[in-house]
Amino acid sequence: MQKNSTKLIFLAVLAIIGILLYAFYDIKGGFDYAFPRRMVRIGAMVVTGIAISYSTVVFQTITQNRILTPSVMGLDSMYEVVQTLIYFFAGSMSIWVLNHYLNFGAAVIAMVLFALILYRFLFRTNKHPIYLLLLIGMIIGTLLGSLVTFLQVLIDPVEYLSLQTRLFASFTNVKSELLYISIGILFIAFIYGYRIMGKLDVMSLGRENAMNLGINYDRMVMNILILSSVLIATSTALIGPITFLGLIVANLAYQFLSTYKHSILILGASLISIIALVGGQFFVEHILELRTTLSVIINFIGGIYFIYLLLKESRSTR
Amino acid sequence: MIEIKELTKRFGKKSVVENVSVTIEPGTITSFIGPNGAGKSTLLSMVSRLLDADTGDVLLDQNNVKKWKSGEFAKRVSILKQSNYTNVRLSVRELISFGRYPYSKGRLTAEDDKFVDQAIEYMNLEDMQNEFIDELSGGQRQRAFIAMVIAQDTDYVLLDEPLNNLDMKHSVQIMKILRKLVDDLGKTVVIVLHDINFASVYSDRIVALKDGKLVKNGPTQDIINSKALREIYDMDIPVQVQNGCRICVYFNSHA
Ligand SMILES: Nc1ncnc2c1ncn2[C@@H]1O[C@H](COP(=O)(O)OP(=O)(O)OP(=O)(O)O)[C@@H](O)[C@H]1O
Ligand SMILES: [Mg+2]
Repeated sequence: MQKNSTKLIFLAVLAIIGILLYAFYDIKGGFDYAFPRRMVRIGAMVVTGIAISYSTVVFQTITQNRILTPSVMGLDSMYEVVQTLIYFFAGSMSIWVLNHYLNFGAAVIAMVLFALILYRFLFRTNKHPIYLLLLIGMIIGTLLGSLVTFLQVLIDPVEYLSLQTRLFASFTNVKSELLYISIGILFIAFIYGYRIMGKLDVMSLGRENAMNLGINYDRMVMNILILSSVLIATSTALIGPITFLGLIVANLAYQFLSTYKHSILILGASLISIIALVGGQFFVEHILELRTTLSVIINFIGGIYFIYLLLKESRSTR
Repeated sequence: MIEIKELTKRFGKKSVVENVSVTIEPGTITSFIGPNGAGKSTLLSMVSRLLDADTGDVLLDQNNVKKWKSGEFAKRVSILKQSNYTNVRLSVRELISFGRYPYSKGRLTAEDDKFVDQAIEYMNLEDMQNEFIDELSGGQRQRAFIAMVIAQDTDYVLLDEPLNNLDMKHSVQIMKILRKLVDDLGKTVVIVLHDINFASVYSDRIVALKDGKLVKNGPTQDIINSKALREIYDMDIPVQVQNGCRICVYFNSHA
């Protein structure tokens, strides 16, 4: 078996190659124009990749499963609801759209609140079977989705077009000022994370074993749920929903790294995310020439992977 | 000393543990026995703070267990639940090392390693210490988890049916180790057992529960007799003395 450090170095090299390739490929003429814009996109991809990986891995540890992610549980749908409500009631020329900070803040706060209410209800007793949680997540997602569709039908078609660009994940029109805020949030999340990595490792043994070893389990679960929803909300508000990315990269990291250490798992998942995002974006821009978007591809692959995981899980529990 | 005082727990309308008071004598093995659903696991969970009681108190050294800091409590009392499962990629040695978390917070010192080595030796796990937990048999995994609480080195060790999944040899081995922990190291063990012969041969005291109520509490010899067992299990169980041990021959008795 290869050592984990070797594997991490391998991933890091791959990620750096991807970033360099994306930054300098075919840049000839418009360096001064293209380079800074590419750097913002790379920044957004790195931030999103880390935020999604970090939040998914810790979420799966405390919910003791490998299929649910905050995005699958309806957080992404909540983002669509917030944006649609803003366009529906305030319109595309309102301050809620034009002021990026306000829009970003509203989306993040709404998603975090939604997550906390949902989790309070779902994870209070820690006893619901996983398929029930999945079902609830799907129902909430569908419900919010229908609400969005309903409102969108009523919206003025021109407004609707402008709304749509917000609902698709995209790295091509990231606002650099929001990127800085996101980096700040990620930084704070890392300072907190550094202090709880050991506790997370213990918590992966399950509630009772973790409590036996002196973890204040229920309070930690609440803290980590907040951490995880802030991270997902930040990434979604920054670039839009990429529902299945977290699921793919977290599971790939578990498989590839076979360790219980969260520091390694989170680092590995983050690197895999960056590789997938930068590599995928490169592919979309230069080979598909923007005929589709990255999130479509990731959700397509992720959806298939999701079904595969479900089938695998149902076989192993039988 | 652990004192359980008038402890009650309800799930819905049903009293699962009802007004139970027991004092756990230090330096003994106390067996909790009783039929399925009697409330043994629930009682143990409340003593070890995994579950909150509805009314009543549990005191550790005269202080309510709720008042203890989690980290400090974990150095005094350990608990192993009835069933243990993890989908995490973890070797036997890594699992046992988690037993040191209350002391090391994840950074093992040489002393921690000593405790881990000792627990591995106690449980005869040397050969499989580098194997992954999810690739072991049920009994092997159970032994690894027991080794984890031994490495935790607490004064009080609470074990909920630790002989689950174990063959005769390993069951006897574990009971002997628990005896050693008590007799040589002065620990206090509380153990839930279904095989009353293990309770009879290895424990100092027996606490019997039935329908959530305490029905018997006393030294082993006062409980292992046909009359008391009939009260607990509603079964006629002849008791025979062999090599100085009282053996309950329940295999063909009728209720
Ligand atoms: N979380 C729960 N919700 C509802 N009822 C519960 C819960 N946990 C336990 N019970 C009930 O409490 C009763 C006692 O359960 P407990 O697990 O303490 O029994 P036990 O004596 O350990 O049994 P066993 O020997 O089968 O392990 C049972 O009737 C059980 O149905
Ligand atoms: Mg039980």
